[in-house]
Amino acid sequence: MTHSSGFGPDLAEVFGPAHQDGGPELIQLLTPEGERVEHPDFAFDGTDDDVRGLYRDMVLTRRIDTEATALQRHGELGIWAQLLGQEAAQIGAGRALRPQDYVFPTYREHGVAWCRGVDPLNLLGLFRGVDQGGWDPDANNFGLYTIVIGAQTLHATGYAMGMQRDGVVGTGDPDRDAAVVAHFGDGASSQGDVNEAFIFAASYNAPVVFFCQNNQWAISEPIERQSRIPLYQRALGFGFPGLRVDGNDVLATYAVTKAALQRARDGQGPTLVEAYTYRMGAHTTTDDPTRYRLSDDVEKWKLRDPIARVEVYLKRNGLADDAFFAAIKEEADALGATLREGVKLLPDPQPLSIFDHVYSEMTDELAAQRDGFAAYLDSFEGSRA
Amino acid sequence: MTTKITLAKGLNMGLRKAMEDDPKVLLMGEDVGKLGGVFRITDGLQKDFGEDRVIDSPLAESGIVGTAVGMAMRGYRPVVEIQFDGFVYPAYDQIVCQVAKIHFRSQGKIKMPMVIRIPFGGGIGAVEHHSESPEAQFAHTPGLKVVACSNPVDGYWMIQQAIASDDPVIFLEPKRQYHADKAELDESATPDALFTSRVVRAGTDVTVLSYGPMVKTCLKAAEAAAGEGRSLEVIDLRTLSPLDMAPVLESVRRTGRAVVAHEAHVNLGLGAELAARITEECFYSLEAPVLRVGAFDTPYPPSRIEEDYLPDLDRVLDAVDRSLDF
Repeated sequence: MTHSSGFGPDLAEVFGPAHQDGGPELIQLLTPEGERVEHPDFAFDGTDDDVRGLYRDMVLTRRIDTEATALQRHGELGIWAQLLGQEAAQIGAGRALRPQDYVFPTYREHGVAWCRGVDPLNLLGLFRGVDQGGWDPDANNFGLYTIVIGAQTLHATGYAMGMQRDGVVGTGDPDRDAAVVAHFGDGASSQGDVNEAFIFAASYNAPVVFFCQNNQWAISEPIERQSRIPLYQRALGFGFPGLRVDGNDVLATYAVTKAALQRARDGQGPTLVEAYTYRMGAHTTTDDPTRYRLSDDVEKWKLRDPIARVEVYLKRNGLADDAFFAAIKEEADALGATLREGVKLLPDPQPLSIFDHVYSEMTDELAAQRDGFAAYLDSFEGSRA
Repeated sequence: MTTKITLAKGLNMGLRKAMEDDPKVLLMGEDVGKLGGVFRITDGLQKDFGEDRVIDSPLAESGIVGTAVGMAMRGYRPVVEIQFDGFVYPAYDQIVCQVAKIHFRSQGKIKMPMVIRIPFGGGIGAVEHHSESPEAQFAHTPGLKVVACSNPVDGYWMIQQAIASDDPVIFLEPKRQYHADKAELDESATPDALFTSRVVRAGTDVTVLSYGPMVKTCLKAAEAAAGEGRSLEVIDLRTLSPLDMAPVLESVRRTGRAVVAHEAHVNLGLGAELAARITEECFYSLEAPVLRVGAFDTPYPPSRIEEDYLPDLDRVLDAVDRSLDF
């Protein structure tokens, strides 16, 4: 280490450059080639059946994503936020949850939604424009998608503070102790709200896991525009641990999230998990990544596909036969057909429903506006009101 | 049995009562704990209810409101204090994009029973950002309800009613009135409903509409006008969103004249909305256009000239004269 001035060590040497492969600090349990590897601190404690389950989750999640993208191209959705390439990060994080845990998603957590049992048609409904989130958050402990970047990390922290006050943190009862996962991306790490969430969570030792999917791109801006140091290292400045996990390794994201959640449930406070991954698709269906990034990079990341490595692992070790893969393909095809048919049947909201939920207690003046609009609509022949 | 209280005391007693009545009520803000808030509105509450219910927060307004959103989702009823009006803007995004919209977004599945207390208005000789009147920005936002108390007794009742509301309430407190006057509080009385306006002085010649710190000014103006044989009816609006127009319209139909007075800038302020609604509803009763009295459309000035900037008794009477002379 060199000391070139009174400003201390050369930061480039301390933190190192951003590594294409995530660098030596990357926690990995299954290599891109499908080899299980050991890590001194984290291990995948699931069964072979669990691995097959994670594989199935990822395949079905990818099918939801590709079907939704196609449905947008067919004009059935206004827009779709693609998760292609991020299946392992989301399924690992999603399956590490216990029922009593709570998730605060961005607008791209389709895989986590799948793990929580949210009907994928509800996700499509939001992007079709029939509602702004049609699922009941408390039914699956999965919050509504939040479009404002990073805002939900504060909600997650406040919710976790509520859990502390409810006495469901650190009791030692595995069915009682609970924690929160706050999802966000590399772009959101620049938002004030995310940094304030870190401060509040640290200050109150709140049971929250900050799960950052660093997919390298915030629309067109690369990670270097957001951070000069690896994102996970930021946690130290806030006073809690940060880890970087291979976001394309479902065994590792599962193991690390599970450990971070347990730490939170035990009352030991927040953890930042940086899932190092890559956005293989566009930011959304309106985006054109060929304008700002090299196809070479995309080709390199294809070799690290989250699903392919599990498939290789299962096949090479004789843990799944052709019938298994055929059955999942059949299931995915059926899911695709269900989505294609279901999305067209989603009913448009009624015009007067605009007024229904502005307030818990409707105001007289809004009721008057609604009645006026109803009368106006009625004045047309074949009124929709 | 009555007690003589200031507005600060009324709010403090109201918060205490709400916390006694409902264990889900939490207070959060900067310096609200041991210090009792910079205006002492939460004085003694942390000592009696503990640090889990009266929470000293980091100095981050978006963080305060954003975490309160999460607490509300978990079933709590957070009451957050923004230390001064001019410091609410870091939380503006959370208030407008989240607090105001979550009930709508979730089609009523998530309630947002949050109260955001904001000491507002000028006249205390403060430095920049400590004397502002941002109410119109929140009244313009669907999903929020906005109220302003003007006196100690309303402070006691309205804060409890706001906390009991399942909708988010921006609760504006006229800071210059905190320790100014005392009034008799009868805790066994039945208060008016929260979202209602009130005629605080009956009159026949001109209807004067106001809220918060300007109510006192308008009452003094009415007193002065009475000495000149002019009878002003003064209405304390109390609720700014929704507006309670019934008593306003009833009054203007009788007087034929209306003046709106607030400390906020005139341009696109509450007065503009009131003028439009009065014109729509009372067009044939009006003897004069609805006039507005407010701060000039400039940033809040240095405090040595704030009395020139803020509308006062004479500016209210000047508008009354112009209305009567029209």
